[in-house]
Amino acid sequence: MEALTSGMPFLVFLIIGTIAVAASILVVAMRNPVHSALFLLLTFLCVAVLFVLKAAEFVAAVQVLVYAGGIMVLFLFVVMLINVRSLPEERVMSAFWKGGLAVGLGLFILFAGVVRPGVYHEPKGNERDLRTQTTYRMRKVRNADGTVTERRVGRSRVVGNSEAIGMVLYRDYLVPFEVASLFLLVAMIGAIVIGKRELLAEEEESTPQFILDRAEKEKEVKEVVNGR
Amino acid sequence: MTSGDIVFLVPEIILTIGACALLVFPVLGKRAAAQSAKWMMIGLLAITAIAVIVSSHTVTDFAQSRLFATMFAVDSFSVFFKLIFIAAVAMVTLMSEDYFRDSRYSPWEYYSLLAFALCGMLFMASGIHLISIYVGLELMSLSSYILAGYYKSEQKSTEAAMKYFVLGTVSSAILLYGMSLIYGVCGSLNLIAIDRAMSTLITNDALMLGILLLAAGLCFKIAAAPFHVWTPDVYEGAPTPITAFLSTASKAAAIAIFARIFYVGLQHFQLDWSFVLATVAALSMIVGNLAAITQDNIKRMLAYSSIGHAGYLLLGIISMSEMGMRGVLVYTVVYLAATLGIWAAVLMLQQHEYAGEQVEDFQGLHTRSPFWAFAMVMFLLSLGGIPPTAGFIGKYYLFAAAIQSGFGWLAIIAVLMSAVSMFYYLRIVVAMYLREGKDAQVSTAGSLRFVGAACLAITLFFGILPTPLIRQVETSARWVAARAVAVPNAGR
Amino acid sequence: MIEVAPSTAAYLMLSATLFSIGLVGVVIRRNMITVLMSIELMLNAVNINLIAFSHRLSSLEGQIFVIFIIAIAAGEAAVGLAIIIQLYRLKSSVNVDEAKVLNG
Repeated sequence: MEALTSGMPFLVFLIIGTIAVAASILVVAMRNPVHSALFLLLTFLCVAVLFVLKAAEFVAAVQVLVYAGGIMVLFLFVVMLINVRSLPEERVMSAFWKGGLAVGLGLFILFAGVVRPGVYHEPKGNERDLRTQTTYRMRKVRNADGTVTERRVGRSRVVGNSEAIGMVLYRDYLVPFEVASLFLLVAMIGAIVIGKRELLAEEEESTPQFILDRAEKEKEVKEVVNGR
Repeated sequence: MTSGDIVFLVPEIILTIGACALLVFPVLGKRAAAQSAKWMMIGLLAITAIAVIVSSHTVTDFAQSRLFATMFAVDSFSVFFKLIFIAAVAMVTLMSEDYFRDSRYSPWEYYSLLAFALCGMLFMASGIHLISIYVGLELMSLSSYILAGYYKSEQKSTEAAMKYFVLGTVSSAILLYGMSLIYGVCGSLNLIAIDRAMSTLITNDALMLGILLLAAGLCFKIAAAPFHVWTPDVYEGAPTPITAFLSTASKAAAIAIFARIFYVGLQHFQLDWSFVLATVAALSMIVGNLAAITQDNIKRMLAYSSIGHAGYLLLGIISMSEMGMRGVLVYTVVYLAATLGIWAAVLMLQQHEYAGEQVEDFQGLHTRSPFWAFAMVMFLLSLGGIPPTAGFIGKYYLFAAAIQSGFGWLAIIAVLMSAVSMFYYLRIVVAMYLREGKDAQVSTAGSLRFVGAACLAITLFFGILPTPLIRQVETSARWVAARAVAVPNAGR
Repeated sequence: MIEVAPSTAAYLMLSATLFSIGLVGVVIRRNMITVLMSIELMLNAVNINLIAFSHRLSSLEGQIFVIFIIAIAAGEAAVGLAIIIQLYRLKSSVNVDEAKVLNG
C-alpha cells in the first residue's frame, strides 16, 4: 500500500502529462476550430488534475469551472457564430510552419535548459502549509522590564486549501482582488461595446419600436372610442 | 493593514465610482451630449488629482507608506507618476471632444474606459508586488485594446485592436513566465522580498532567464526595439486621441513599473541585465529613428519616433543611479508634454475621421496659423533635445547618467540618433514654413487649443526654468533610487 | 535515486513544452480563434509553473497568482472574441493575414 501510494502520483503525472501534451499539440494542429476547442478542453482538464497532485485543490476547481466551464463555452459559441466554411486556407508544413516550429523548439530548449537541480529556491516547509490558515491579532505583551507593548500575534490552524486561500486572498491580496473585479467589469463593457451590432444613429436615438406600436394602438383605441 | 489604510486608496476609489457613474449616466437620458461627458470626465480627473495629493500628505514615513500587506505603496515616486498620468489623460480627454462631435460612437463608454485605464495606471504606479503590478497592467492594457478598436466600423481600427490584442496578450504570457521563474528562484513575488532573496545569490541561469522574459514583456509595453512591430500599425489604426493616449500615458505607466521593478526588485543583478537592456536601448534608438525617416504618414512617423524615445528612457533604467532615475522622471514629463502637443496639432488639422495624417497636410501651416506652426516647431525641438526647450534638460540627465555608469558608447549612439531624429522632425518644419499651403483647415475647437497651449507652456517653462521640476524629481527619485544606490548589499 | 512523486523539474518541463506549443500555435496558425486558444495554452503553462513552485515553497502566493491569471484570462478571452466577431462582420474572415489595411 505504501509503495502504491508513493508511486501513484508519478504514474498519474506521466499519463496525464502525456495526454496534456498530445492534446495541446492537437489544439494547434487541428484545422477545424471546434476540434481545437475540444482538445483545449481536454488539456485544461489534464492540467486541473496536475494541480490536484500539487495540493492546489481550490485552483484545480477554479480551473475546471472557469476555463472548462466558462472560457470553453465562449470559444465554442463564437466558433458557432462564425461560418466554419470561411476558414482560412492554410498550407501545412510550408516554410512558414518550419520557421514557427524552429522558434518553438528554440524556446523549449531555452526553457528546459534552466530546469536543473540547485537553481531554484530550496524546498521549505511541507504540504500542510498550503492548508494552514493564519490569523493575526494585536495582543498586549508584558515585557521583561514591566512595560506593556502591543504585538501582532499569529495563530495557525490547519484547515482546507480553499479556506486558507480565502483568508489570504481577502486579507493580504485585497487590493489586487478589487482591481481584478474592475478588470472583469472592463472586459464586460469592452465585449459589449465592441461585440454588439451597430445601431444606426436614428435607432439609437429613437424610441423603441414596441413603444411606438403601443402608442399607435392606444391612439387607435382612443379614436374608436371618440368616434362612437 | 487596518481599515484606516483605506484613506490611501481614496483616489482610486473615487476614480472607480466616477468611471461607473459615467457608464450609468447616459441611461438617465441625454445620450448625445458629448459635451457634458467631457466635463464630467474633467471634473472626475480634477477630484482624483486632489485626492492623490491629499492622501499623499497623510503619509508620514516610508514604512507607513507600504500598505495592504506590502501590495500598495504611496510614496513620492508613485504620487509623481499618478499626477502625470492624470494630467495626460485630462489632455487626451480634452482632445477627444472634437473627435466625437461628428462621430456616431458614444462618448460615455469611451471616457469610462479611459477612466478605468487610468485606474489601472494608478495601481501600476503604486504596485510593489508583482501580482498587483500585473493586475494593474492588465486593467490598463485591456482598456487600451478596447479603445484602440473603438471605431469599430472602421476596418483600420478593428485591425489595430486585433493586432494590439494578440501581441499584447502574448507579451503578457511571456512576462508571466518570467515572473514565475523569479518566484521559483526567489520564493516570493514581493519586490522587496525578491530583492532580499537576490542579495544572497551569486549567479543563476533560471533567474537570468526570468529577468530577461520579464524585461521582454515590459519592453513590449513601452514599445522598445525587438518588440516594437505592433507600434506603427496600432498607432496608425487606432482613433487619433487613443494613439495620443497609447504613446504618452500608457507608455509612461509601463516605464513607471519598469523603473520600479528593476530599481527596487532586481538591483542586485544589475551587471547581468544592464548589458542586455543596453542592447535593447541601442536597437530601439537606431531602428526607431532610422525607420521614422522614410515615413510619410505622420502617425507612423511618430510611432517610430516613440520607439526611439523608449530607447532614451531605457538609458535611465540601465544606468541604475539616482541620476538615471531623475532622468527617467524628467524625460517622461518632457516627452509627454511635447508628444501631446504634437497630437493636438495633428487633431487640429483633421478634416474627417482620419486626417491631418500626412506630412503634406502640414504644408503652409505657417501662413494659416503662425502660432500653431511656432508651437509645433517647439514641440519638435523638444523631442529632438535642442536647448531652449525642456527636451534638452531631459536628455541631458539621461545621457549624463549613462556616461556616469560607464555606458559611454550608448550615450554616443543616443546623441547620434538625436541628430538623425532632427532630420525627420525638420521635414515637418520645412513643410510648415517653406511649402505652399493646402486647404486643410485648422480646427478652432477651444479645448484643442487649450491642450496645445498648455503643452507649449510646459515645454518652454521647464526648458527655461527647470528648477521646480528638478527639485520635485529629486525627492521622487530618492524614494526608489536611494535603496539601490546607498545600500547595494544590505539585505533589508 | 528514482523519484516517485512528480518533482518540480517534471512540472517545469511540462510547462516549457506547453508554452512552446502555444507559442508555435500563435506563430504558425492563421485562424484567429486558434491563435487565441494557443495564447490560453501559454497562460496555462505559466499556471503549471506557479503551482509547482507554490508546492515546493509551501507558499500560497503562487496559487493566488494563478487565480488572478485565470480571472484575467477569462476577461481577455471575452474581449478577444468580441474583436474577432467584429472583424468577421467587417470582412467575413477570421484570417490573420487578411488584416492588411495597415501595411506593417
